[in-house]
Amino acid sequence: MSKIIGWVDDRFPLMKMWNEHLAEYYAPKNFNFWYFFGSLALLVLVIQIVSGIFLVMHYKPDAELAFASVEYIMRDVPYGWLIRYIHSTGATAFFIVVYLHMLRGLMYGSYKKPRELIWLFGMFIYLALMAEAFMGYLLPWGQMSYWGAQVIISLFGAIPVIGDDLTLWIRGDFVISDATLNRFFSLHVIALPLVLLFLVVAHILALHEVGSNNPDGVDIKANKDEKGIPLDGIPFHPYYTVKDIVGVVVFLFFFATVLFFFPDGGGYLLEHANFVASDPLKTPEHIAPVWYFTPFYAILRAVPDKLLGVGAMGAAIVLLFFMPWLDRCKVRSIRYRSKIYKINLAMFIVSFVVLGWLAMQHVTPTITLLSQVFSLLYFAFFIVLFFTSKNEETKPVPDRVT
Amino acid sequence: MSTDVVDKGKRRFLTAATTVVGAVGAGFVAVPFLASWMPSERAKNAGAPVEADISKLEDGRMMIVEWQSKPVWIVRRSQQMLDRLPKLNDNLRDPASENVDQQPEYAQNAHRSRKPETLVLIGICTHLGCSPTYRPDIAPADLGNDWLGGFFCPCHSSKFDMAGRVYQGVPAPTNLAVPPHYYLTETTILVGEDGGTA
Repeated sequence: MSKIIGWVDDRFPLMKMWNEHLAEYYAPKNFNFWYFFGSLALLVLVIQIVSGIFLVMHYKPDAELAFASVEYIMRDVPYGWLIRYIHSTGATAFFIVVYLHMLRGLMYGSYKKPRELIWLFGMFIYLALMAEAFMGYLLPWGQMSYWGAQVIISLFGAIPVIGDDLTLWIRGDFVISDATLNRFFSLHVIALPLVLLFLVVAHILALHEVGSNNPDGVDIKANKDEKGIPLDGIPFHPYYTVKDIVGVVVFLFFFATVLFFFPDGGGYLLEHANFVASDPLKTPEHIAPVWYFTPFYAILRAVPDKLLGVGAMGAAIVLLFFMPWLDRCKVRSIRYRSKIYKINLAMFIVSFVVLGWLAMQHVTPTITLLSQVFSLLYFAFFIVLFFTSKNEETKPVPDRVT
Repeated sequence: MSTDVVDKGKRRFLTAATTVVGAVGAGFVAVPFLASWMPSERAKNAGAPVEADISKLEDGRMMIVEWQSKPVWIVRRSQQMLDRLPKLNDNLRDPASENVDQQPEYAQNAHRSRKPETLVLIGICTHLGCSPTYRPDIAPADLGNDWLGGFFCPCHSSKFDMAGRVYQGVPAPTNLAVPPHYYLTETTILVGEDGGTA
């Protein structure tokens, strides 16, 4: 065995990579619950790629055939229902895991110097993931697929001057049509997965270059032993690979529960209107995006102006990119930060969740008013953060992890 | 010419020039790929005009025909509906249809149609492209006491009156569009062409 590895090592940096990224990658020893979600995101990515490959073997990207081919997968293909439900449940799981992963970053200041690029790569992953989910949702060619795509593509029409030509270019037709379905299929199964894989590699390489943050937000590289190994560090393998396996088991337990008992999630994961074939003449009575887009959708709906609404929705995402520079506090972890920051972050999470709920409700004047209030609270997080973080009253940060 | 002195300026110039030429070339190569996303010739040729027979359309009722894969509404308005139109003028963004992109010249009038009673509209909301719902009922519970009949978009709650004119304070920026159309006979409309009267 060692002879074979030696032979390979002379020609390819196999053990070098193994050591750099696993066996001799020293991660802080105080990782907690919140550190499961990075490896879980990787697991879900693999689940989506594998189930997706098998779905493409039966699916037809054609406006005439798409809806029927999905029904064919559900009814006639052996275990087709299982593979499709794995893929649709995986989409939801992906966003749950990624949102918790991002929240971890916000709590422990993982986006701060020197980890700005990790955060930026992560934000681009999130963006690519949203595009991937949106384009995937068009493929079943149901009513929600059709009208959801109609609304989202029309968002680009709000851009002054070039808007109308841009939407025409994206659709490839004067309405959502076969041309749109075909290009979204191509992007969903080839282009965006490649982009995602590239970004994930960049995200991990950047992380392993500077080292992982931890719940205390202290720099473990400041205290090393005589061999240059951080005193508070433990090798990722076997310590964290074994820890993450526990996370995987618990995660798969929840995943299988949804998969087998609530595959449509009561209409929140697979919307009921999408079991009706697309009809370009009739918009469903109640149209809402899948849950993971709803907070941004609520912001769009809250603004009674087309351009400003689209702008506010875009800003809600773009502002997150600038977290490393909006937060000017030197202390990373929430454990040693001021009450103001804790309340501010709590308000941000509350407004994100409430906005998500509001977008699923029928529009009434009360719902609109609440959407406006919580949209303001959402944006207030960034403003308050920028102005309070520079001279924040923080607690003393320990030298070593606790 | 000396061989051991490197002319760094020249080298930088050549590197930069090569890069620029390469980038221009890449730009040219990108054009056909980007252009391939524009509507195909087949898509451009689709969308021929469609005929609609309105002889059976009763007062207050709406029919839908498909033109260029878009819903086109034909509504026969009663005299009361037409009488109510001017009452709303103060609540509308563009009561006099001054935005000329949203209707042909012959529909730029108080009732936004060729014949006062027959309204022809593209049934696509000018906000984000949903198809609004026809709500001719007066003051229903969900739309409030001020509602005098019209079209309501379920997606983002834009409101339009019985002439497709947009209310103030809703996300839709402009009135619903009137497609080119003309009367072939008293009871047949051709949607998609002006009949040379534009």
